[in-house]
Amino acid sequence: MDLFVSQLLNGLVYGLLLFLLASGLSLIFGLMGVVNLAHGSFFMLGAFIGLSVVSYTGSFWWALVLAPIPVAIAAAAIEILLLRHLYKRDKVDMVLLTFGLSFVFTDLVEWGWGKDTFSLSEPASLEESLEFLGGYFPQYRLAIVVFGLAVALLLWLLIEKTRIGAMVRAGIDDTRTAMGIGLNVPLLLTTTFASGAALAGMAGVVAGPILGVYSGVDVEVLIPAFIVIVIGGMGSLKGAFVGSLLIGIADTFGKAYMPEASMFLIYAAMIVILLARPHGLFGQAAS
Amino acid sequence: MLRLENVHAYYGLSHILHGVSLEVGDREIVSLLGRNGAGKTTTLLAIMGFLEPGPGTITYRDRRIGGLAPYRISRMGVGFVPQERGIFGNLTVEENLTVAARRGSNGAWTLKRIYELFPRLRERAAFRGSKLSGGEQQMLSIARALLLNPDLIILDEPSEGLAPLIVQEILDILLNVRAEGVAVLIVEQNLRAALRIADRHYVLSKGKVCFSGTSEQLNADETILKQHLGV
Repeated sequence: MDLFVSQLLNGLVYGLLLFLLASGLSLIFGLMGVVNLAHGSFFMLGAFIGLSVVSYTGSFWWALVLAPIPVAIAAAAIEILLLRHLYKRDKVDMVLLTFGLSFVFTDLVEWGWGKDTFSLSEPASLEESLEFLGGYFPQYRLAIVVFGLAVALLLWLLIEKTRIGAMVRAGIDDTRTAMGIGLNVPLLLTTTFASGAALAGMAGVVAGPILGVYSGVDVEVLIPAFIVIVIGGMGSLKGAFVGSLLIGIADTFGKAYMPEASMFLIYAAMIVILLARPHGLFGQAAS
Repeated sequence: MLRLENVHAYYGLSHILHGVSLEVGDREIVSLLGRNGAGKTTTLLAIMGFLEPGPGTITYRDRRIGGLAPYRISRMGVGFVPQERGIFGNLTVEENLTVAARRGSNGAWTLKRIYELFPRLRERAAFRGSKLSGGEQQMLSIARALLLNPDLIILDEPSEGLAPLIVQEILDILLNVRAEGVAVLIVEQNLRAALRIADRHYVLSKGKVCFSGTSEQLNADETILKQHLGV
């Protein structure tokens, strides 16, 4: 029972970390039709910048607040200087561009910080464990659950209940009509791309104490995030949320109870869901 | 208000418009007629800035708009009702109406007035756009364009696939809109609908204007009616 509850918590933690990554990935895909292979790089960049901020300021919290800013700026620059010029071309060109960028970011990170694995220490105020349901749980992990759920709620409110969110959904539904009735779609794309990147960068900092900080962590998190949005449905925030929890929990339980088969379990789940619902749990047929 | 002079347009390598010239004046309803593939929709897309600008000039209120992004052209006071209606399925009816609403030059159209004019839309305000019937979607698309408070509204086959009674209702609304001082450019397949509301007509054939004139002149021109409108 103890093991079960603590695995469930770990699954939630991993799932919510995936959500921070997958939500941006999914909205960007919905708006631009682009699978952003550099999205993991934003996560990695956030983690490394967070590492440096901690070493200068000694504060995890400063890292959490500051690291997403340069990541968002880099993403906005990429969208404006590079991606924007490819929108009228074949989608494959954009995917290849983001693929190339992911190598550039890996090189940049290795050039700046080296190839070692660093660990970001969790904030001192959350170092202890709490006794809870008959077991001990690290405070930091519980904090991630609260933080992840809070971000999910805020994102949901932003996308579903505000005018800006309605603009994003309008762009996802029909970019052309959105332009035709006067929405500044280019600005919407830049903002969404940069915000998604900031969220990924923030996820990098939050995950630092758990996953570690190293070049290569980008691929490590990007692949499950892709599985999440394929399962949940591209362009759907709800899908990203449900998919993240599903994959987070399935992966954690798989590793705990059937380590040899854990990777297989996730892909098998993906195949079953895709056979039953080709557009994912909450996705819609492309228009 | 809107003037096209010798406009050419291309889809990739194919040359669709071969020098279209037309004009829409203040408070005028102008129809654009012709068979499938004559270039009607292409003309509208060229006006709205969706196509790469080709030779020829497009001016709106004496400003050249060729090469501007569609959202900039829209914000100059052009309301667009696209073919297939372009309803945002993931937005509620009310969100569809307000997502791009702006005050325009005088802010005459408000959500309250729109709901008075389209009581069906008020009843369905909280429905997702994808849940509406075809006629309701067309009403929504027109209502959404009106809430941009445009000086010119451009419609691409608003009567397509709708029951005659709903077409009537839509035409009445357009006459109403013109009475408020908005000019209308409408692409139609339905000749009777066009004759009923438009002051002047242009008939396109193979990317060129082959007729322009009033309803009377069009009704009297047997060749045009037979060859290009299939009457």
